[in-house]
Amino acid sequence: MDIHEYQAKQLLADYGVKIADGGLAYSPEDAVQRAREIGGHVWVVKAQIHSGARGKAGGIKVCKTHDEVSDAAESLLGKKLVTHQTGPAGKQCLRLYVEAGTDIAKELYFSLLIDRAQERIVMVGSAQGGMEIEELAENNPDAIKKIYIEPAVGLQDFQAREMGFALGLHADLIPQAVKLIQGCYRAMRELDANMVEINPLVITGHDELIALDAKMGFDDNALFRRQKISELRDKTQEDPREMAAADRGLSYVGLDGDIGCMINGAGLAMATMDMIKLAGGEPANFLDVGGGASAERTEKAFRMVLQDKNVKAMLVNIFAGINRCDWIAEGVVHAVKKIDMQVPLVVRLSGTNVEEGRRIIEESGLPIITANTLAEAAEKAVEARNKVVAGRYQPPASRDTVTSL
Amino acid sequence: MAIFIDQNTRIIVQGFTGKIGTFHAQEMIDYGSNVVGGVTPGKGGQKHLDRPVFNTVKDAVEQAGAEASIVFVPPAYAADSIMEAAEAGIKYCVSITDGIPTQDMMKVKIFLSKFPKEKRMVLTGPNCAGTISPGKSMLGIMPGHIYIPGNVGIVGRSGTLGYEAADQMKALGIGVSTSVGIGGDPINGSSHRDILEKFEQDPETKVVVMIGEIGGPQEVEAGMFAKEHMTKPVVAYIAGLTAPKGRRMGHAGAIISSVGESAAEKVEMLKELGVIIAPTPAAMGETVAKVLAGL
Repeated sequence: MDIHEYQAKQLLADYGVKIADGGLAYSPEDAVQRAREIGGHVWVVKAQIHSGARGKAGGIKVCKTHDEVSDAAESLLGKKLVTHQTGPAGKQCLRLYVEAGTDIAKELYFSLLIDRAQERIVMVGSAQGGMEIEELAENNPDAIKKIYIEPAVGLQDFQAREMGFALGLHADLIPQAVKLIQGCYRAMRELDANMVEINPLVITGHDELIALDAKMGFDDNALFRRQKISELRDKTQEDPREMAAADRGLSYVGLDGDIGCMINGAGLAMATMDMIKLAGGEPANFLDVGGGASAERTEKAFRMVLQDKNVKAMLVNIFAGINRCDWIAEGVVHAVKKIDMQVPLVVRLSGTNVEEGRRIIEESGLPIITANTLAEAAEKAVEARNKVVAGRYQPPASRDTVTSL
Repeated sequence: MAIFIDQNTRIIVQGFTGKIGTFHAQEMIDYGSNVVGGVTPGKGGQKHLDRPVFNTVKDAVEQAGAEASIVFVPPAYAADSIMEAAEAGIKYCVSITDGIPTQDMMKVKIFLSKFPKEKRMVLTGPNCAGTISPGKSMLGIMPGHIYIPGNVGIVGRSGTLGYEAADQMKALGIGVSTSVGIGGDPINGSSHRDILEKFEQDPETKVVVMIGEIGGPQEVEAGMFAKEHMTKPVVAYIAGLTAPKGRRMGHAGAIISSVGESAAEKVEMLKELGVIIAPTPAAMGETVAKVLAGL
């Protein structure tokens, strides 16, 4: 789970990380009021969206008067900002963070991440801040310092000092750096974060070390024990389809293609999508319905897939383990009868009780295309999709007509 | 032979009396696994599925000679149960539980690493379907009937994709020595590489199939191990060709977050390391068949 910059800053400030004065605003009036409270002559109005690279997208505006603050707020609120992290749809800005302008002497980079290969937290720093770490890693990998932290004993001060020196800090700033780094580390451990990124970390003209931006991501698996963090969730920043799926216990990721998918198991889902691509199609979504695909769950999953109006054909691929193909077939038949399907459906079942499952589908009399193997399923789905695109697909008469006959 | 488990392995179930534990314990017993009891704290001394319930894993090891365990304990308590098994002297543990916090798994890995290697419990999972040595023993939640005994080792992150592979092989008459699920989490008990090492040592295994996916460095590390230390051919398939960067595809660990973690990049690196790539997920079985025919 991701949170906003202002939320991350508030959390980190509780752990002793220095931040500039700032406040949250939902309207231009709020924004001006925050600027008044902060005082001074320069303010930065920052769009709060779940994405980095906001500056390039025009989401960060430096203002010198209250009128400018008001105008900046006016122009940002409600706007969709598109960055390379948001995808083409962008993310809507509904909250602003107004912050005192900072006198920047130098920009640095600092983050804490979980390194999967080493299975521990790694501290990453660079004296070249401001740009994204991926860019830096590509262009100038030697400028990046990594220090691994032994989980059993935690981050030691000498390691924080080593990082401070690697960041090119003057000796006088090292105690501040140790405090900031230890604060970030404690926040990461105590709040079950999987990343803390301060980019840029700045040295001000007054020799202070300040987190000018802050980003935190949290382990979804640990939210059950982090009530306070769960409450920071901003649903406006998440894909509504993915959220709706998660609420139903399904795992859904919307994609750009037009073949809708419903599969059990994440690995098989990815493999089936690969197979669609190899057969010349593009998947519209990833959808893992999990182990217990009951009739209601199947129906919900169908609705989830079909609400994407790009979908021109749907593929169901279920490998029944604990589950049984006959139960799944009944669920599919039930869903198709209940939903007015306007696109062709390909179903491939395998595993436990497969013959029984296939018989139920065939005897249902519904226009379901069946397939026996993974390859056949993908080919038939692509073929069906092509028929729809070419205008050669006649959807079955809608249920109203059927009942009137 | 097989790896990790056979018909003699004495198994206990952690989370024995819960709904999920009960269901799968019964399935394992029906398959022929040597389940000697289970652990549910506070229910020690009772009988469940005709087998003794213990309060602690230590009791199960001392009184029932338990050697292997399977964990069905809910995510909040699973790390604790795994460490309890390690401390009690269990040799091999499978954690089925999905949703264990990453930092809990970091703690588990450190705890395990403190034991000298010869006394260290091997953990596979979490978030996996378990391990099966067909015809001998099942320590997992898979449908046992899709595997036939044979000479191919399977290691994979995903449950159902592993079933797909076994099913394709069965259709071609190819059997499995052992199939091991290592799970879809970012930090897991054993890596692909660890399991390849076990298969290399197992005389019964002739070929290994590695089923990987996007995210993390493990498949390539395993490929490097195969190149340097293995005499047996390794066939691989990497799922997630269509997965966009930065989006989690179901599994907690299935996310491309840095260079080298996409399916296409992994496939290229594995090819260079001499791993035989199944070109599509539908061709896992036939690729293995070709390799077996060439031995």
